[in-house]
Amino acid sequence: MTSDALLFDYLLRLADSDLILAQHLGEWIGHGPVLEEDIALTNVGLDLLGQARLWFGYAGEVEARFASRGRSEDELAFLRDASAYRNLLLAEQPNGNYAQTIARQFYFDVWHQLLLAQLAHSRDARVAEIAAKGWKEVRYHVERSAAWVIRLGDGTGESHAKIQSAIDDLWMYTGEMFEADATERTLIAEGIACDAPALAAAWHEQVGAVLEQATLITPALAWMQSGGRRGVHTEHLGHLLAEMQSLQRAYPGVRW
Amino acid sequence: MQVEWPLWEIFIRSQHGLAHKHVGSLHAADAEMAIKNARDVYTRRNEGVSIWVVASADVSASAPGEKEPLFEPANSKVYRHPTFFPMPDEVKHI
Repeated sequence: MTSDALLFDYLLRLADSDLILAQHLGEWIGHGPVLEEDIALTNVGLDLLGQARLWFGYAGEVEARFASRGRSEDELAFLRDASAYRNLLLAEQPNGNYAQTIARQFYFDVWHQLLLAQLAHSRDARVAEIAAKGWKEVRYHVERSAAWVIRLGDGTGESHAKIQSAIDDLWMYTGEMFEADATERTLIAEGIACDAPALAAAWHEQVGAVLEQATLITPALAWMQSGGRRGVHTEHLGHLLAEMQSLQRAYPGVRW
Repeated sequence: MQVEWPLWEIFIRSQHGLAHKHVGSLHAADAEMAIKNARDVYTRRNEGVSIWVVASADVSASAPGEKEPLFEPANSKVYRHPTFFPMPDEVKHI
């Protein structure tokens, strides 16, 4: 593969996790536990959707350098099959109860902030620019989701039990965030991609500190699920795509 | 057990040099959450540089029934408005 093809694949990884998580957060619209939280959580979703659009836009430009043409944002977001998505498995896990949504968000936000901080120094100027813009938003996302983890963990007996079980259940999807396959290793060597394995220590430290403050038990290192980067997904992605893509599938190329 | 979170009054300062202005109210479990919620509900379009939150329960307000004794005496005293001074045309922005 040419390095443009590798970069294209990497940009899809960045875009897809943002897009899929944004879609899940959008499912909370009108269903949030309170009005204020409904607005706040879906704001985070919109931030992520905005970041996904920037990554897709650049991915389409990069694709045009090595393919006959580059696909548009809509084509990339809505007209691929599940196996062509490169998002983290964590992002596609269902909303569940509010504790599960918060735990998923917290794991992702801490990683996302570390990732974008590194990518802001990428040797690819466009990558650096998009990452720096997103980082400012993600700084707030982390603060919000960490505050909620502490609130639920250090809250009532019921909220503590729910967030602890969510923290435990999603743990096996966190290992994938720190993997680097051949694609990423090549791009890391070129100074373009973030060295994801190097983020693990800082992530565990930050997550551990919040969980401790929340009186929660940090799960022990265990077997980790992975596959999102290779297009091997859990059963949840198909259901999400069926809903997310229905409009573009029924009316290809529709605009409004 | 209290089901609903307490109400908070939200004040936003829109830019340096202007006072905080009341923009509305929202529910939150405590002051910290009220500030975060206010950020998301009231400052999405770059409205603010500073947020104050005040528990609605801590606001003392004049009673609507006291409107007449409080405000009516001022109605007939137009001379309290500074509109009786002839201003030179050269003076602007008064």
